[in-house]
Amino acid sequence: MRKLFPIFSLIIVASIVLAACGTPVAGTPVTVEVTRIVTAEAPASGGETPSGEAQPTAAPPPAPVAGGERLQAVLDRGNLICGAHGSFQGFGFLDTNGNWSGFDVDFCRAWAAALFNDADAVEIVSVSAQDRFTALQAGQFDVLSRNSTWSFTRDAELGLTFGPVTFYDGQAIMARKDIVADASAGLDALEGAGVCVQSGTTTELNLADQFRAAGVNYEPVVFEDQNAAFQAYEEGRCDAITSDRSQLATQGQAVLSNFDDHVILDLVMSKEPLAPAVVQGDEKWADVIHWVVYGMIEAEEHGITSANVDDFLTSEDPVIRRLLGVEGELGSKLGVSNDFIYRAIKLVGNYGEVYERNLAQYGLARGQNDLWTNGGLMYAPPFR
Amino acid sequence: MAAIEMQPPRLTVGPFAWLKKNLFSTWYNAVVTFLALGLLYALLRPAIQWAFTEARWGVISANLTLFMVGQYPRDQLWRVWLSIYLLGALLGLSWGIWKEAARGFAWIALGAGLGFALIGLLLNSNVWLNWLLAVALLLGFFALGRILPARARSITTAAWLLYFPIVILLIAGLPFIPFLIPVPTNLWGGLLLTLMLTIIANVFSLPLGILLAIGRRSKLPVVRYFSIGYIELIRGVPLVTVLFVVYLLMPFFLPLGVSAPDAVIRVIIGFILFEAAYQAENVRGGLQAIPRGQYEAAQALGLSGALTLSLIVLPQALRAVIPAIFNSFISLFKDTSLVAIIGLFDILRIGRSVLAQSEWLGTHREVFLFAFLIYWGFNMAFTYGSRRMEEAMGVGKR
Amino acid sequence: MQLPAFFRNVRVLQVLAQIVFVLLLALAAGFLYANVTTNLARQGLTVGYDFITNPASFDIGESYISYQASDSYGRALLVGLVNTLAVSALGIILTTIVGVIAGIARLSSNWLISRLAASYVGVIRNTPLIIQLMFWYFGIILQLPRVKEAIALPGSVYLTQRGLYLPWYEPMPTFESWRVFIWIALVSLAVIWFIFRWIQNRSELPLPLWSYPAYILVPILILWIGFNVQPEPPFIANFPELVGLNFRGGLRFTPEFAALLFGLVVYTGAFIAEIVRAGIQAVSRGQVEAARSLGLTSTQSLRLIIFPQALRVIIPPMTSQYLNLAKNSSLAIAIGYPDLFSIAGTVINQTGATLEVIAIMMLSYLSMSLFTSLLMNMYNNRMRLVER
Repeated sequence: MRKLFPIFSLIIVASIVLAACGTPVAGTPVTVEVTRIVTAEAPASGGETPSGEAQPTAAPPPAPVAGGERLQAVLDRGNLICGAHGSFQGFGFLDTNGNWSGFDVDFCRAWAAALFNDADAVEIVSVSAQDRFTALQAGQFDVLSRNSTWSFTRDAELGLTFGPVTFYDGQAIMARKDIVADASAGLDALEGAGVCVQSGTTTELNLADQFRAAGVNYEPVVFEDQNAAFQAYEEGRCDAITSDRSQLATQGQAVLSNFDDHVILDLVMSKEPLAPAVVQGDEKWADVIHWVVYGMIEAEEHGITSANVDDFLTSEDPVIRRLLGVEGELGSKLGVSNDFIYRAIKLVGNYGEVYERNLAQYGLARGQNDLWTNGGLMYAPPFR
Repeated sequence: MAAIEMQPPRLTVGPFAWLKKNLFSTWYNAVVTFLALGLLYALLRPAIQWAFTEARWGVISANLTLFMVGQYPRDQLWRVWLSIYLLGALLGLSWGIWKEAARGFAWIALGAGLGFALIGLLLNSNVWLNWLLAVALLLGFFALGRILPARARSITTAAWLLYFPIVILLIAGLPFIPFLIPVPTNLWGGLLLTLMLTIIANVFSLPLGILLAIGRRSKLPVVRYFSIGYIELIRGVPLVTVLFVVYLLMPFFLPLGVSAPDAVIRVIIGFILFEAAYQAENVRGGLQAIPRGQYEAAQALGLSGALTLSLIVLPQALRAVIPAIFNSFISLFKDTSLVAIIGLFDILRIGRSVLAQSEWLGTHREVFLFAFLIYWGFNMAFTYGSRRMEEAMGVGKR
Repeated sequence: MQLPAFFRNVRVLQVLAQIVFVLLLALAAGFLYANVTTNLARQGLTVGYDFITNPASFDIGESYISYQASDSYGRALLVGLVNTLAVSALGIILTTIVGVIAGIARLSSNWLISRLAASYVGVIRNTPLIIQLMFWYFGIILQLPRVKEAIALPGSVYLTQRGLYLPWYEPMPTFESWRVFIWIALVSLAVIWFIFRWIQNRSELPLPLWSYPAYILVPILILWIGFNVQPEPPFIANFPELVGLNFRGGLRFTPEFAALLFGLVVYTGAFIAEIVRAGIQAVSRGQVEAARSLGLTSTQSLRLIIFPQALRVIIPPMTSQYLNLAKNSSLAIAIGYPDLFSIAGTVINQTGATLEVIAIMMLSYLSMSLFTSLLMNMYNNRMRLVER
């Protein structure tokens, strides 16, 4: 034992070093330089610039809106880290072969495609509903794409910036057919019912509001994991389960043994606009996230798909030429390649394609999520 | 004349005597036995019936690779196999050299390897060849170990100490080496992740624990109170909160521009910080068992404080706490299941995502039972092997 | 070259080393603090406990103190703490019973019983608690019959997948005046204890076993008298009955509580069984033989000789098992029981006050642990072998 002690300690040191080099540490290339830039800007963005008498005559230009260090860090790292759901079929799901799929995940892939011309240059991190915002604030991923509702508190108090809404949803409640007569029933049919819900969601809050307003007694059964909530509902622990309508439809078909025994009430309990989120204070990064999504919506409006996008490169329409980066310098103004939208469309698809690929199989009609030209709410600001 | 009849002597051997002695010695023992038998029947009959008729074990075989390695790239699986081959070879070698001390582990590995090969054959998967190869290596190196001179012992020991860093390297990969492309830790999953977490956290928490234990017995009050404070703080809060803090909040504590290490590394750091406090208490037990005479003898020889500690005290103390360290290995192995709560894909969380696959609805009993059996089997095997080793080495006796 | 004598003085070196250590610690702490404040400020997050008084606006499934969605976050956290304490307190009592029985069973001369106890300990100790909890909850308790087909046990007790329903009392207006008798009954316990001790001191003999029921019978008698002197009964029985979708009335244990309690008791019980077994085996055989030769019966020698001695070996590891049980209750999050950890998670998610809520949570667990250790240390000091 005595002889081994030096060897032992040597090995420990060696393995620490090995473990450190062996695993690619996220964002190693971020150097001191970045730190310097940040410290220079921190007072400006924090609004702590001393005002008044001390201003020198040659006043410094107004502080740039924000750093863009996240964009640089991501570009240096060479891949995007994206927070997503782990077991939500249709939105973010790990399948039998260990592959990620889903609506939210496709947006992660689209951002990666726009940035790196490689839809696979993305690392998906599965995160629970409860931990997602803390994890985002702490910088564990660059962007959160995990069916998260955009709400005032989250935007203002949690220090987040939400992107364009990728999915307009609303809270609904599902119950067994032997309890509610049909979809037109009201909450009073659920007097005394147990309701399964996931913790850390807006639905958990709306549930309390809605039942209180209706004066109906109920027993909340709160789970940290959505699948556990569905499982408990399936087993009969609760009479009803509440979540976003899309989730009830997709997960309901995926994890309930007989979906026809259940009915989703027509009652709309809330507005749930689901949007990607980034940390507040880095407008440049937020812009990249926003405009890729807008580009995918805009592409659908012009009928540009992953299959025919190459044909559009020769289009005469200046709007399309600008969108695809054939003309103008839109991308470089964001700090990315000019053909960033082209890449996202080519490698992942337009908004409609992403929707069809992931959600059509669950019978979710486009509805509010159709283009504005078709009576929906999907509307992209002009690319010019 | 009254005939005095002697009773025949009581039966003391044979199955009936055994039954009478061990199960029906008194009337209440008999009642208790019958009650226990009834209970066993009531519990086991439906359980066995379920296991052989209703249970859909297909959920396990269909997702076996996912359970074992998670998302680990399928074309890189040879690295996992290589680690297993190395383990087989090393175990065989140690068995040949040390005989008793490694026999327990070797027998288990032999049985497990053959068992897995059989399961592979039954499932019509070609992994049985890999397992047979591992078993063959084990036996081959056993033969080799028997003819090697005693000098080979220190080499084998060094090989064992090198084994864990090599495995970490093999699984994680290295940039710059073409055939060892780095596999990001977020792709590690299943049993592989569980084992890697256990091994790495154990290897690194021990030195930290030793430092804390020495600090707790230090003559310097500041160091002592710091160690006590750390140990009691960590032992006073649940593991899941420590993991939560390190996993979620660590990035907040890093300077701007330095991004946090990835999820698995953060979790490992959490485990190391947590486990170190418990290892410190184990080691402290060993330190306290060293008689004063040892210190005094070392002083009489003119050894300095540091030399006394590293040459006299620690080797004896660590030897005394080997069983306790094996115990923490087992408890850490169990505790790794908590990473499922924060979102890493260990066996348990893989199980939960498997439950969401539409073709395997309602198989949670099968899935939980499978995870349960993996943990149980692994821990029982480890307990058995380590106990045999302790017995052979005379740990705790000397 | 030699250092001046001052720096070769061991005392001075020790002081210097400590100063360096403190400085390093302070430096590290300052570094971390600076990082946190910069990181928070950069994202426009503020640290403060203002949120505590804001309305929580989420509901909690079960609580032992009154709580509504309009109550404050502070109150919600308190509900979580009380829930944790409730399941821990009940768990500690039950696991002690299970553990002691299993520990004695392992030493039973009955082969089947000792094997059963050994396999219970072996299986439970070697598997993770979180899987056991999920198994109990999803695999067993949720598989019980639905509310409509509840298993009716005698005495209006109903067992369903929604929980266990028991008859309970409902206070009437006279309950207030009856409460005096509860206090009297409690005081009577202390009085009995003093009387017994006095008798014991005088006779210097242990009290006979049949005198112990006095602890139960006397208070019940007092309560019964109190019950009858009231003009109308102070409480009436409240039986659970099926109304609409669920049972109403009576006392209810939710499935989440039941699964958590059951899981914790079974898990910790296996560890306690090992401790009890080791403790009993630690009592030397000579003690038992000496007791027998003094003419004590086997029950007497167990109660008067073996157990008091075994207790000394048992208490310290038992304390850490009790603490483990309380800490392990944080795994409730996996099965939906609203304990402190789970509610703290929700509050963090709704308010973004991550650091503050984590501080509250850690401090609560820490003070729980320290308080329990303190109590058990006091008890341990009393039971300690007084060496002459």
